[in-house]
Amino acid sequence: MNGQIMRLTYVALALVGVLVVMTTYWQTWAAAGLAARQDNAIRRVAEFSIDRGLIFSFEPRRRLARNRERVVDGKTLFFRRYPYGSLAAHVIGYSTVGRSRTGLERSLNDYLTASNGNLSTVLDKALDELHGRPIQGNNVVTTLDLDAQEVAQEQLGTNCGAVVALDPRTGKVLVMAASPSFDANLVEEHYGRISRITANCTPAAPLLNRASAGLFIPGSTFKVITVSAALESKKFGPGSTFYDPGYCTVYGKQVHNFADQSGPEVFGTINLVTGLVHSVNSVFCNIGLKLGAKRILDTAKRFGFYERPPLETPAEERLPSGLYRDGNLYYPRVDSNVDAGRMAFGQERMLVTPLQMAMVAGALGFGGKLMEPRVVDRIVGPGGKVVDEQAPHLIRQAVSARTAHEVAAMMRLVVREGTGTAAQISGYSVGGKTGTAETGVSESNTTWFIAFAGKDAESPPEVAIAVVLQNQSGVGGTTAAPIARTVMQAILQGTENP
Amino acid sequence: MSARSRELAGLVVAGLLAGIALASVTIARDAEISASAVTWAALFFALYVVAHVVVRRTVPYADGALLPLTAVLTAFGIAFVYRLDATDGGRQAVWVAVGVGALAATLIVLRHDYRVLESYRYLFGVAAVGLLLLPSVPGIGERVNGVRLWVSVGPLQFQPGELAKICLILFLAGYLREKRETLAQGRLKDVGPLVAIWGAAMLVIVVTDDLGSALLNFGIFLAMLYVATGRALFVAAGLALFVGGSAVLYNAIGHVQDRVTIWLHPWTDERVYCALNGKLEYRQDCASYQLVKSLYSIANGGFGGTGLGEGTFTSVDGTQLIPYLRTDFIFSAIAQELGLMGAAALLLVFMVFVVRGMRVALQARDGFSKLLAAGLTFGFALQAFIIVGGVLRVVPLTGITLPFVSYGGTSIVANFVLLALLLLVSNRANAPR
Repeated sequence: MNGQIMRLTYVALALVGVLVVMTTYWQTWAAAGLAARQDNAIRRVAEFSIDRGLIFSFEPRRRLARNRERVVDGKTLFFRRYPYGSLAAHVIGYSTVGRSRTGLERSLNDYLTASNGNLSTVLDKALDELHGRPIQGNNVVTTLDLDAQEVAQEQLGTNCGAVVALDPRTGKVLVMAASPSFDANLVEEHYGRISRITANCTPAAPLLNRASAGLFIPGSTFKVITVSAALESKKFGPGSTFYDPGYCTVYGKQVHNFADQSGPEVFGTINLVTGLVHSVNSVFCNIGLKLGAKRILDTAKRFGFYERPPLETPAEERLPSGLYRDGNLYYPRVDSNVDAGRMAFGQERMLVTPLQMAMVAGALGFGGKLMEPRVVDRIVGPGGKVVDEQAPHLIRQAVSARTAHEVAAMMRLVVREGTGTAAQISGYSVGGKTGTAETGVSESNTTWFIAFAGKDAESPPEVAIAVVLQNQSGVGGTTAAPIARTVMQAILQGTENP
Repeated sequence: MSARSRELAGLVVAGLLAGIALASVTIARDAEISASAVTWAALFFALYVVAHVVVRRTVPYADGALLPLTAVLTAFGIAFVYRLDATDGGRQAVWVAVGVGALAATLIVLRHDYRVLESYRYLFGVAAVGLLLLPSVPGIGERVNGVRLWVSVGPLQFQPGELAKICLILFLAGYLREKRETLAQGRLKDVGPLVAIWGAAMLVIVVTDDLGSALLNFGIFLAMLYVATGRALFVAAGLALFVGGSAVLYNAIGHVQDRVTIWLHPWTDERVYCALNGKLEYRQDCASYQLVKSLYSIANGGFGGTGLGEGTFTSVDGTQLIPYLRTDFIFSAIAQELGLMGAAALLLVFMVFVVRGMRVALQARDGFSKLLAAGLTFGFALQAFIIVGGVLRVVPLTGITLPFVSYGGTSIVANFVLLALLLLVSNRANAPR
């Protein structure tokens, strides 16, 4: 029988051996993946014993997220406070016991809890552990301009909408405001008060970061992409002429010009510049029909459409822009799948995020260079040592410098004498484009203004912006453009007097 | 150095380990070394010295490693149950004392010749089946967590399954010793008992919904059948029958189906129907809640663990994050606080115990003793595998105790009886003729 017993011994040892292997698997190989899961309450609660890193605005340098210590069962725990309440709440997000995390609190959790792999952090953490004191997380300095952020939130008021402003030269996000916002301090214990927030839209969805996860019909702001595609194709130039009968014929049906335009109902013979300055739909409808949907979409892709805009916030809180069908991003296989005429002036199931449109405005103002947007300036260790800092990164040359300059010049004319005059700032050269998208319900338009502004037409712009408002009775030039001007002014004047 | 001296030296080490563990727990709990930790460790050591003296008197030639290994396992158990719940820690210590009493009683009663047990083999067989079905008797059986495992008479509660395991091994050792030659010939008519036991295992699942117990007892049966006959074909056929039968039951019994679904797909990306509250939930928030939380606990330990008393088992407001932590999920608690090093050390102790137990089986001189020692040791290993494997998602999770470590009186006492039987077999094998 001893032979059998020996073999049985091997089986029994193998069984326990499997347990050793699997314990190793869960504690080393799979541990990081499990720690990152949103439903991992154990990890989340355990991390409350870490002196979580602070989150700062760039200028003025203020603490947007700090800790409040509380002793529970003899253990010191660190709970989050957000001194600025609803200001930039969507970007910062929240870190709670009961409702997990969002925003930078979620995506930068590793840095904030000193779980990142940088050597200095690992050493600091080991020292903290050896001394038996709470582990100190790394601090995050965002790129946000807190004063301008406050102005943007005020300007949005009770409207549903968003403002994104960035520095087109570096991609640094200066303002990222979504409305309605919420007080992140209420999430843990007074969540009911957040769910009762109302605004000029239903559902108000205060937790939704409309700036990067809100999808809106771009309306006429999309025309800057159509123009770019037209100029890139070399089939059109700024002087190309069109005959505008007040409508354009698509599939035998007449598509009429829209209220967003300024000037007469019927323009007659006009050139491309006038078409953009007065936002004449029939002009773009005809360009769309001539170029085909795919050529325009390919230009849009060069600006970042059809991919999640890169940013440090969680991927779930950023959506790609593009054509949507049944809630999914959709790219047509052949031109005839899409009504290119309507798409060319920003209808036809084209949906975009304010972040994407700010990137478009920025790239057009900055000679066609699409810079990677970023909202984190740098990550600093508890002792002040910089742990991570990224240099500005060019995503790609979206369109040729020549095309960008020509479109930018047209956009400056829009602000000087077209639909966007409300965005003029004295002493600065502003280029922009209005948008007013019909949602099918009267008096409930989605209005837009996208713009860039710099010292003069020759120097690169210091700021690019996208403003969107939901459920508006007015048009983009009267509702969104003034907000864009006020926020840009706050940013530009802030940089003049630091 | 004699086996007994080695045993005493091992017990000193185990006592020191218990002292260190209890001291760290009290430091983490109260931020000071309280005298009670030292007192408890001293009592713990004294208890095992008593066991040692009884062993020295009754089975002087027995293996010297088994008792210290048991002491280490129970030290793990007491320290962790105490860390999770001070009151239950005290109770666990009392149960270990009762277990040592059971060990002493078994050794004293059977010190002359334990082989008398062989003649009661059919009694043990009936007792095993009876004990397994006891929790299903209306009035005294209790359903906990969807499984009928418990029997309660008045204030007393016990898990008959733990005792049934030992009765079954005693029955099989006697029965297979008697029938091994005829069985080894592999004639179809001799396979009858095999089919009968397979049927009984299936019956247990149907009646109690207890997949873990069925797996354990059937596994022990196959192992002992193999040792007795040396025919791997029997094992293969038995496994095929078990898998086939389980597959049928899988479709017939919702509880078994749920367990397997949880095992294969603990996480869902979509909300699925949740039977607990009738709503649509992610499975990780509903049916597989226990398993997933346990895995999070293990993962949170990492390589070195959080340290004794420093693990996270409750939320900030004191609510439990992992259910059944002291019983089924004690391994996830150990793995979190002691990390891979501590958990692997615990598993190594189990491995050494298995090696020593199997060595007893190899040294034993008669068929009954060999079968008994091999069966007891394999049952011990398989039980650890089923519960820890369930916690680690190696096999579907079923509620069963981790021998000597989990909180629970019946389990502790039954495993001390198991240890006593191994010591008796070992003593006889090593005794000078």
